[in-house]
Amino acid sequence: MSINSEGEGDPLTQFRKTYFEECGELLDALQTNLDFLLNGSGDEETVNAVFRSVHSIKGGAGAFGFTALVAFSHVFESLLDAMRERKISATPDVMQMLLRASDALADIVGAARDEHQLAADFGADIVAVMEEALVSASEAVAGTRPAQAATTEGIQVSGERRYRIAFTPHSEMLQKANEPLLLIRQLRKLGGLAVEVDSSRLPLLGVIEPEAAYLSWVFTLETGVPQSTIHEVFEFVEDDCDLKIEDISGVAAVVPQIDQAANPVVLAAVKKPVETATAPSTPPQSIRVDVDKVDRLVNLVGELVITQAMLIEQGSLLPTDQYPALLHGIEALAQSARELQESVMAIRAQPVKSVFARMPRIVRDLAATLSKEVRIVTAGEMTEIDKTVIEQLNDPLTHMIRNALDHGIESPDARVAAGKPRQGTINLSAAQRGGRIVIEVSDDGRGVNREKVLSKARDRGLVAPGATLSDEEIDNLIFLPAFSTADVVSNVSGRGVGMDVVKRNVQSLCGRINVQSKFGAGSRFTLSLPLTLAVVDGMVVSVGKETFIIPLTAIIESLRPLAADIHPVVGRGDVLALRGEYLPLTHLHKCFSIADSITDPCRGIVIVVQSESAGRIGVLVDELLGQQQVVVKSLEANYDPVDGISGATILGNGRVALILDIASLREIDGRAGVQELTASRTRQTETCDSNEEATDAA
Amino acid sequence: MQPDQESTANSLSRDNLDRPAAGENTQQFITFTLGSEEYGIDIMVVREIKGWTETTMIPNAPTHVRGVINLRGVIVPIFDLRARFGMGLTATTTMHVVIIVATGTRTIGLLVDTVSDIISVDPKSIRPVPEMGLPKEDQFLDGLVAMEDRMVTLVSLAGLFDKPTDSVKRTHSGEVAAAIAA
Amino acid sequence: MAKRILTVDDSKTMRDMVSFTLRKAGFEVGEAEDGKVALTVLAGSKFDLIITDLNMPNMDGISLIKNVRAGSQHRAVPILILTTESDSTKKADGKAAGATGWLVKPFSPEKLVELVQRVCP
Repeated sequence: MSINSEGEGDPLTQFRKTYFEECGELLDALQTNLDFLLNGSGDEETVNAVFRSVHSIKGGAGAFGFTALVAFSHVFESLLDAMRERKISATPDVMQMLLRASDALADIVGAARDEHQLAADFGADIVAVMEEALVSASEAVAGTRPAQAATTEGIQVSGERRYRIAFTPHSEMLQKANEPLLLIRQLRKLGGLAVEVDSSRLPLLGVIEPEAAYLSWVFTLETGVPQSTIHEVFEFVEDDCDLKIEDISGVAAVVPQIDQAANPVVLAAVKKPVETATAPSTPPQSIRVDVDKVDRLVNLVGELVITQAMLIEQGSLLPTDQYPALLHGIEALAQSARELQESVMAIRAQPVKSVFARMPRIVRDLAATLSKEVRIVTAGEMTEIDKTVIEQLNDPLTHMIRNALDHGIESPDARVAAGKPRQGTINLSAAQRGGRIVIEVSDDGRGVNREKVLSKARDRGLVAPGATLSDEEIDNLIFLPAFSTADVVSNVSGRGVGMDVVKRNVQSLCGRINVQSKFGAGSRFTLSLPLTLAVVDGMVVSVGKETFIIPLTAIIESLRPLAADIHPVVGRGDVLALRGEYLPLTHLHKCFSIADSITDPCRGIVIVVQSESAGRIGVLVDELLGQQQVVVKSLEANYDPVDGISGATILGNGRVALILDIASLREIDGRAGVQELTASRTRQTETCDSNEEATDAA
Repeated sequence: MQPDQESTANSLSRDNLDRPAAGENTQQFITFTLGSEEYGIDIMVVREIKGWTETTMIPNAPTHVRGVINLRGVIVPIFDLRARFGMGLTATTTMHVVIIVATGTRTIGLLVDTVSDIISVDPKSIRPVPEMGLPKEDQFLDGLVAMEDRMVTLVSLAGLFDKPTDSVKRTHSGEVAAAIAA
Repeated sequence: MAKRILTVDDSKTMRDMVSFTLRKAGFEVGEAEDGKVALTVLAGSKFDLIITDLNMPNMDGISLIKNVRAGSQHRAVPILILTTESDSTKKADGKAAGATGWLVKPFSPEKLVELVQRVCP
């Protein structure tokens, strides 16, 4: 993309991007593992994993010259090393220190990535605390942790295990220039190593073939590293040797000599992409793919769907008896195309974990600022949802959680006075339910104050005087624009950014949101999002020279009305009489200012459509051109939202056609009448509902 | 595929254009014409140059928004620069040119008469736009540069399309109702 | 006496990055842009380690390894191949041809140095 001349500057710069991507993953893994340690489900391996994350970040930082990052991560790494060696144990204070350190580390990484300067003493206080911990640890342990020499036969230092490694290289191994000596040196770095060599197969000098392998070894290794690390030492040669690693910790072995070993440093040879302490025994195979490649695949499949839809249409024009095989083939193609599309969309599905993972930190920071005690409990992080949706979830979720912290959860004293535990709890969960993803954010705070909300709504004329609303309706009033029950606009949740913004965010994802609350006990927000947004069955219509798509699921019927059925209503335009009902008639050519179209309803087609918020209306178009399955493309990606339009699609002929949005169409038409109170769904859901039903019908 | 897809004859990708040498302190611009005036736009934002193809109109959009096209599966809006500069609507032919640019997260197309050249300019030689003419116009002119035989007016994307007035106007339903019912 | 490493890759950026990193770590580094050039370079001087990409024009990594192992001068020299994570068949081919070990792309400079020191201390 850029036209910088190649070869200039530091050749390592191209690796920056990869490094920071890795840092992102390492920091995520770090967070996850710290959480495990915090809630008690972590173990020795978790500490090791945490160490490795920081170690890897430090390594790359050194290569790129990020001195602040190197310095900080070095202290952090030393601390973690001391923890691995049991010199420091995971007390609550230590855990707090680790959390603060990991937060600071994330900040420093971010600053390096975004190239902005942090304060010169950023993190200095945490570093001081860590260094102090290290100093007292080494003082406490002085003299008791030997440089391995004092360990005597048969005694195992606690936390270490003893392994017996039988190793016989084949000649192939030597031919590939892998040297046993180097492997032995690697093993030495892992702990106390005793070496026994079996040279019985060694022939006389005269008949030795220099490239054959005659020796075999038995090693006894005492180490705190997991067995997998030992395997890693042999990873290049495992196919070319006989290798057996056994854990013989239970056996009191007599070890003739134990060599001096350096500090048991874990040799992270080939780093696995994400390390979690309590991962399932065999993690599923996965490969890394560039997002661009996936997006391109999605687009191509989308075009395939368009083309096969065109084929279906053309096929329907053929006499059914003359080309049975062809028609059959087209049908089979349509089925395959649909399945292909679903599979491809599933590739883009990712666990919500990446978004959820950021929340604990937000809770920590905010709770500290507000002097409240709050914890967050997450569930269902592995629930998968389309990648584009995940990215856009961050803002609404963050906002809801900040809101819960700011307005929901009370101060510790107030909570105790109310008979609640000092520490407030926020629950964040995701699950798949009935073809949709349901995300819940609930808190055990003070809940919605219905009196206050209702009176404020009345004051602002949002509720008709004398109207009665159910509890749930009152709760959902908080989604109305510029509605805030805070007497002081809180700095924390942001000025004037209220739940209406959250609702709009969710709706732009074709989602729905509502709230249930119990005054004094807490609130629960429920977000419901569709699994995929991609495909819609539509009716293609023409108005003048323009072509539009109306989602099929919104359509009740279509007809050519008689003059007798059209009645003008003063100040309101036309209505259509249909089986005893009077439907408002929307002239598309008027709404969209389209010239050269049919203006007389009796000469065009009226399509009767239904929308949640607008009820039933009739839409006047020139002609029905046919039915088609369309791939929904965003108009808003490169333009702005357009009233009356929910998206765009590309027809079989390559041209763009706009997809109508019935509810906002009515707004243009000037017939307001949408009661915001009862409907918690608005415009976007028209297309969304039809998406949903289309997928359900699939 | 069809009309809206780029045809190789009509589109030039940036890499094919003869590039004058970029030195240490120069900025490069792609120059284009509107009538007899020549303008330049920062080459770093230009993604592609293609021939004019019919657009699909966007209802109730400002006059200078000609509509959208399908650019290899992505919906891209096309803005008529002449109209945006207040000089009237362009009478399009297949010889007209659309410059596809990337601004922030958006990709948009600019309808111009022709694309002429790539120029390398020393930033120091860019002169500010003189205080004259409609204030509205000044906001998207970044400066003037004197080339051997002509003046090139440098255009900035940021000024052209940031303002809310340039996006679709959300018509107040009351006003429209009155207009329709009349 | 510093150890000499030959990096073979058709990507100049990759060769630059590898050379830069290893020189900083105290090695001497030579470059070749494909297997054929590499063989010529190897015929002319002695190297202690070869790091090669697998996909190159004129002569690819697998063929290079086979040639090196069949020759006399460098057949006992460790050879590391650069693979992408999904390239398991290529990795197996590399091993079969005689590669000593492998490094998965993308890799950090630190990993590269660690690995080099592991097989060629």
